[in-house]
Amino acid sequence: MCLAIPARVVELPQPDVAVIDVGGVRKRVSLALVDGVAVGDYVVVHVGYALTKLDAEQAARTLELFAHEGAA
Amino acid sequence: MSTVRPDYVRPVDFKRGRVDMTHGSGGKATAQLVDELFVRAFDNEWLRAGNDSAQMAMPPGRLVIATDAHVVSPLFFPGGDIGCLAVHGTINDVAMAGAAPLYLAATFVLEEGFPLADLQRIVQSMAAAARDAGVPVVTGDTKVVEQGKGDGVFITTTGVGVVPDGVTIAGDRARPGDAIVVSGTLGEHGVAIMSLRENLSFETTIESDTAALHGLVAAMVGAVPGVHCLRDPTRGGLATTLNEIAAQSRCGMIIRERDVPIRAQVAAACEFLGLDPLYVANEGKLVAIASADDAPRLLEAMRAHPLGRDAAIIGEVVADPHRFVQMETRFGGRRNVDWLTGEQLPRIC
Amino acid sequence: MKYIDEFRDGGLARGLAAAIAREARAQRRYRLMEFCGGHTHAISRYGIKDLLPPNVEMIHGPGCPVCVLPIGRIDGAIELAMRPGLILATYADTMRVPAGKGLSLVKAKARGGDVRMVYSSADALRIARDNPGREVVFFAIGFETTTPPTAVAIRDAAASGLTNFSVFCNHVLTPAAIASILESPQVRELGTVALDGFIGPAHVSTVIGTQPYEYFAEEYRRPVVVAGFEPLDVMQAILMLVRQLNEGRAQVENEFTRAVTREGNLKAKALVAEVFELRRTFEWRGLGEVPYSALRIREAYAGFDAERRYGIEYRAVADNKACECGAILRGVKKPTDCKVFGTACTPDNPIGSCMVSSEGACAAHYTYGRFKDAKVIAA
Repeated sequence: MCLAIPARVVELPQPDVAVIDVGGVRKRVSLALVDGVAVGDYVVVHVGYALTKLDAEQAARTLELFAHEGAA
Repeated sequence: MSTVRPDYVRPVDFKRGRVDMTHGSGGKATAQLVDELFVRAFDNEWLRAGNDSAQMAMPPGRLVIATDAHVVSPLFFPGGDIGCLAVHGTINDVAMAGAAPLYLAATFVLEEGFPLADLQRIVQSMAAAARDAGVPVVTGDTKVVEQGKGDGVFITTTGVGVVPDGVTIAGDRARPGDAIVVSGTLGEHGVAIMSLRENLSFETTIESDTAALHGLVAAMVGAVPGVHCLRDPTRGGLATTLNEIAAQSRCGMIIRERDVPIRAQVAAACEFLGLDPLYVANEGKLVAIASADDAPRLLEAMRAHPLGRDAAIIGEVVADPHRFVQMETRFGGRRNVDWLTGEQLPRIC
Repeated sequence: MKYIDEFRDGGLARGLAAAIAREARAQRRYRLMEFCGGHTHAISRYGIKDLLPPNVEMIHGPGCPVCVLPIGRIDGAIELAMRPGLILATYADTMRVPAGKGLSLVKAKARGGDVRMVYSSADALRIARDNPGREVVFFAIGFETTTPPTAVAIRDAAASGLTNFSVFCNHVLTPAAIASILESPQVRELGTVALDGFIGPAHVSTVIGTQPYEYFAEEYRRPVVVAGFEPLDVMQAILMLVRQLNEGRAQVENEFTRAVTREGNLKAKALVAEVFELRRTFEWRGLGEVPYSALRIREAYAGFDAERRYGIEYRAVADNKACECGAILRGVKKPTDCKVFGTACTPDNPIGSCMVSSEGACAAHYTYGRFKDAKVIAA
C-alpha cells in the first residue's frame, strides 16, 4: 500500500504545504513529515503527504549503475 | 384603465428560475418551457410543427438505431457537459455501425430545484453540438421528479441513421492477422472528470475529448468499405472494448504498449491516482479493426481527418481459444489486459 | 515524468536481464521473495518474470495491507458505516473487500451507509471540519508508509480541538511480518520453503530506514536488498541478491538510495511514536496472530480512537475452507496451486485476501499473468 511518486515542488503557498507537479498535473500536498523543502526540489508523495526529498545525485548514480551493469 | 396586453405571457426566468413540479405536469408551464428553451435552441421544422412525433421519408439503405442514457456527474467538466456528451455519444454509437446518423430524439428527466440557467446552458450546448454535427434533435420529452430523486438532470438520446448495403461492420468480424487501430490519444475524458471529483482534486489542463465521430467514420468507410469492426472505447476504456470484440469474434489480441498513444499529462494523472490509462473512458475516439492489407490505407484516411491526426496501429488480432487480450509492455515483458473488475477506483496501494 | 520514465527504460532492462542471466549459476535456484504488494504489482504489470532466467523465482509475500486485513476488522468498519449519522472515510482500496454476511463497504454504501472515498487522511479531517454535526471516522490501514499521514491527521485534530473526528486504526508493521514468515514451520524447521532472500519494501523503508532489516540478515542469514518501485529498480535488486547469494553474503543493501537512508525519516518516526503504540498481538489474515505486529492509538489521544469511542469489538471470522491464501501469503504455495483460483475465486468475486486487492498474489497473477498458464498460438 505504498504507491508513492516523485514530484517536483513548484510553489510553497503556506507553511507545511507545497504545490507539486508531476508531468504537468498539479496538486497540493502536506509537508508535515519533511523539513527544508525548497521550490525545485523533488519529493516522494504518498496519500497527499511528502515522505522524503528525492536525492537527485543518487538518482543519477543509480541510472548510471543500471547502464554499467548492462554493458558489462 | 389597465394596460393589460392580451397576448402577454411572462417569459421563463432563465436567470434565477428553477425547475418545479409544474414544468413536468404537461400543462402550460411545460409547453412554455419546451417552447422557450428546447424548440428555440434546437430550432428545426419538426420541433416547430409542435407534434409529439417527427415524420420523415425513409432513406435508402439499412436503418440503424442506437440509444444512450447520460448520468455523468459533474454536469459541467473541462471540454464539455452532459448536453454535448449526450449528442456525441449517440451519434457515435450510430456511426460505429458505419452508418450516417440522421436524427436524434432526446428525453430529459429534471430534478425539482434544478437551476434553469444550468438547464439552458446544457440545452444550448446540445443544440450547438447537434448543429455542428448536422444531426437535428427532432423530438423529445421532459419529465420532472421530486427533489432528491434525480441528480440535477438525466438525458437519454436515441439516434437513427442509415448504413449503405454492402457495409457490414460488427463486433464479431475480427480475424487473426487483422490490424488494431486507434484514432488518437486515450484516457482524456475519464481524467478530466476525475479531476473534478471531490477528494481527488488535482489541477490539470486535460479536457474531455468528447466529439462526434461520424465524419471520421465516413472518411474511413470511404477509404476501406471492408473495415471489419468499429467501436468507441467509452466506459471501461480501450481494454474493455478490445476484450468485448475478442469475445464476440472468438479470437485473441496482442497490442504493444509503446504504440498506444497517451498524452504525457494523462499518463501523469493516472500515475498519481494509480489508474491504468487502458481502462479510462474516452468520448471522442474509436477503435478500428481491419485486414492487414487494408490497414495502411485506413490509417492514412484517419490521419487526414482532424479527429484522427494521432491515429496509430497498436497491435494485431491472433488466434487464441482463451480470447486473451495481451500487451507487450514497454519494458519488454508481456501481460494480460483483462476485463475491468468492478469500477476502476483510484488505487492508493 | 522525471524519475519515473527513466527507471522504466526497456533498453536498460535488457541489459540488466542479460547481467542476471550471466551471473545466476545454472546449478542452483534463487528463490526470492518480494515482500511488498507494490513490487508484486510492478513485477506482474511489467512482465518482469519474462526477463528472468528460469532458476530465478519470485515468491510473493504478504506486503499488501488490504490482503492481510482480517474480515473481522472490515466488519468493524462496516458496523461504523451503518451507524446513523456517521461518515466513514476510507481509501479506495478497502471498498470492495468482501467481509462477513456477504457485505463490503461498497454494499454497505448501497444500503445507506455514508461511506466516502478519500485520497488522504487530510481529506477525512476536512470532512469532519465541514460537517461539525456529524461523527466522522477515518478507516486507517497500511504499513509504515501510510502510518505517518494518519499520525499527522490525529495530531492536527487534537491541536484544533476537533471533537467529531476519530480513527479506526489498522496500521501494521513490516519487520514483524517478515519475522512471521521466517519463523513459520515450513521455513524454519522443515526447510520445505527455500526462501533465499528478500526484496525489501520501497516506501516503507523511506520511513523506517534500512536498519530494521539488519536483524533478519544476521539472525536468519538471508540477504535483503531494499528496492525502489520502478521495474529497473526491481531488476537491479534481483541482480544484487543473486550476487550476494553467489558470494555467500547475507547483508542489507540499499538499491533505492535516492529515497532511502539507513535511519529513515526521523521526523515521521518521532510523530508516529508520539501518537501510536504497539499492540501485543494482532491477527493477520492468512498468517494468524502475529505478536507486536500492529499499532493502536495511545492513551493521550484516546479521544480520537474509534475503537474506544464506539466500543468496536473484534470478532474473528474464519476464511473459506477452500482458500489457500495463508499458504500463498507465506510463499508456500502459488496461486495456481489453489483449487478455486480463477473459477470460484476471481477479482470480481474474491473469496480470499490474495484476490481482494490488485496487489495480492492471486489478483496480480489473474489480471496480468494468466496468459502464461495457457498456450497461445500467434497468427
